[in-house]
Amino acid sequence: MDAFVSTYVWPTIIMVAQSLLLLVALLLFIAYILLADRKIWAAVQLRRGPNVVGPWGLFQSFADLLKFVFKEPVIPAGANKAIFLLAPLVSVTLALAAWAVIPLNAGWVIANINVGILFVFAISSLEVYGIIMGGWASNSKYPFLGALRSAAQMVSYEVSIGFVIVTVLLCVGSLNLTDIVNAQTDGIGTRLGLPASFLDWHWLALFPMFIVFFISALAETNRPPFDLPEAESELVAGFMVEYGSTPYMMFMLGEYAAICLMCALTTILFLGGWLPPVDVWFLNWVPGIIWFVLKASFVFFMFAMVKAFVPRYRYDQLMRLGWKVFLPLSLAMVVITAFVLKLTGAA
Amino acid sequence: MGLQVLFFYLFAFIAVASAFMVIAARNPVYSVLFLILTFFNSAGLFLLTGAEFLAMILLVVYVGAVAVLFLFVVMMLDIDFAELRAGVLEYAPIGALIGLILAAELIIVVGGATFSPEVAKAISMPIPAVTERTNTAALGDVLYTHYVYFFQIAGLVLLVAMIGAIVLTLRHRENIKRQNIPQQVARTPETAVEVITVKPGQGI
Amino acid sequence: MTELLGSYVPIAIFIGIALVIGLALLIAPFAVAFKAPDSEKLSAYECGFNAFDDARMKFDIRFYLVSILFIIFDLEVAFLFPWAVSFNDLGWFGFWSMMVFLAVLTIGFVYEWKKGALEWN
Repeated sequence: MDAFVSTYVWPTIIMVAQSLLLLVALLLFIAYILLADRKIWAAVQLRRGPNVVGPWGLFQSFADLLKFVFKEPVIPAGANKAIFLLAPLVSVTLALAAWAVIPLNAGWVIANINVGILFVFAISSLEVYGIIMGGWASNSKYPFLGALRSAAQMVSYEVSIGFVIVTVLLCVGSLNLTDIVNAQTDGIGTRLGLPASFLDWHWLALFPMFIVFFISALAETNRPPFDLPEAESELVAGFMVEYGSTPYMMFMLGEYAAICLMCALTTILFLGGWLPPVDVWFLNWVPGIIWFVLKASFVFFMFAMVKAFVPRYRYDQLMRLGWKVFLPLSLAMVVITAFVLKLTGAA
Repeated sequence: MGLQVLFFYLFAFIAVASAFMVIAARNPVYSVLFLILTFFNSAGLFLLTGAEFLAMILLVVYVGAVAVLFLFVVMMLDIDFAELRAGVLEYAPIGALIGLILAAELIIVVGGATFSPEVAKAISMPIPAVTERTNTAALGDVLYTHYVYFFQIAGLVLLVAMIGAIVLTLRHRENIKRQNIPQQVARTPETAVEVITVKPGQGI
Repeated sequence: MTELLGSYVPIAIFIGIALVIGLALLIAPFAVAFKAPDSEKLSAYECGFNAFDDARMKFDIRFYLVSILFIIFDLEVAFLFPWAVSFNDLGWFGFWSMMVFLAVLTIGFVYEWKKGALEWN
């Protein structure tokens, strides 16, 4: 009995507690990221953004949550009920599930699996399903068309994301996300004789890939300027047209969770995860998680700024960019990176 | 150990049940969704044997790509399911024969190890323990060197698939306006802009 | 092996909790919100009109082609992953075998490009 409790019950309780902590923290972070997105967009347009609910509008997201919960959930006649309700659930669960393998600090990861990056790649491949099912189950032309186009767009940019991940892996040699971050303690900066600093992180060594990854992440998560399938003036909210109340909110939550995931992934792959910018004693005192959140927030800031000032891409231009520009470019970079690493004999 | 057995039975049971539902479901979209569930459980089964790379790749390729393709096709086509179902009894004997052949093959492969222990000894590339070399690295060590011919054949199969897909589906559509971006960007003010001085009160 | 599998159990627990949160959010309005269904609310959205015809549009082959091309390049990426991980221990032979593989697939890609399969969507 004692052995049963110590081998099964106690670890389970710890895992549940850790998961709850991460999920709650993540949902709070997403709530504020939503607000930040609106505020940044407003600031670029010389407006204020939401500032009525709570001081500086800080409670806006919670007010929105309550609003959605109290709205009437409409299921259109002729819609496939089961799949109609399954789609947002899948969207949210998948977007949140990927966070189980993201390391926020050295050793602070819920599941330290050997194939971390592959797991995240798999989850982002699966995110297409929420959209396809949502669009189809609505039994209406516009959502369905929006869903198909959105899915084709996500799928096109998956490939370049895959190739960019491969270039990072060439420099690291392991699929474990913690190893990827630790490999960035050694890079161009240390080769030049400097102490471990931000010059060692992969963003410098693989700069074109950083740019390609950033833009592909924008397209993958249906963010402007690649948001044609859900743009208001084109297809009315695309696949989400027939959704209201919490199913709609869950789609939005899933989308923003995916965006945060992409920000976190960019931080881990290119910006050194939880490593401080310079390996100096007073910066090392700051907990790694603070650096992680700062860097991920910076990447999100870039996401929000791009939304604010870049015009929307037309669909065929979007597909052309994904297949004719990014794919050959990232493939060429894989070959070049491999060559350089082999010739210089670098690890 | 008990937990492993529990998960095995869970995954195996759901995999078989959803595989059965693939053929028994009324709606073709439900069939594809049950197929996706089968893939998930197969990935779980792979995980239980320690093949973590294969499990993840199953998710990425099968669920993330192949099933999406199935879903696209099934959702866009208006399949008359009743009509499809009507022909089942006609083909039942042939189906049973093929099923028998498949079962026999599976038994020979899987049960072969019990009949002749030499087969098990013929493994030329035993998997290193997961603590010294992760599954992915172990795969990478042999796939591109020892099994290079199989690898290249896989590449050729992919090439044939690419060419086949295009040959079968591409229909060239006339009079579509295409954008030629280098041409657009290379425009100079001399050819693009014309300055006309207009006298007040007169149009162009 | 048990350590390997043990590292996956937290994922199952995490997904379970995320699922519970999702279900709670999904079911909440059905329990809480004021409902008043009427036929206008329940009909499909078409900018104020009644829907013209069936929701199924004509089958567009371009989506199918994009999916197939995606499968092929996804498989290429899948082959690249173990190569990238064991890159340091492979030596030149492993390197060149992958280069030949990539060359074969690049030929296919060039063919697609020239044929116009990557145009328009």
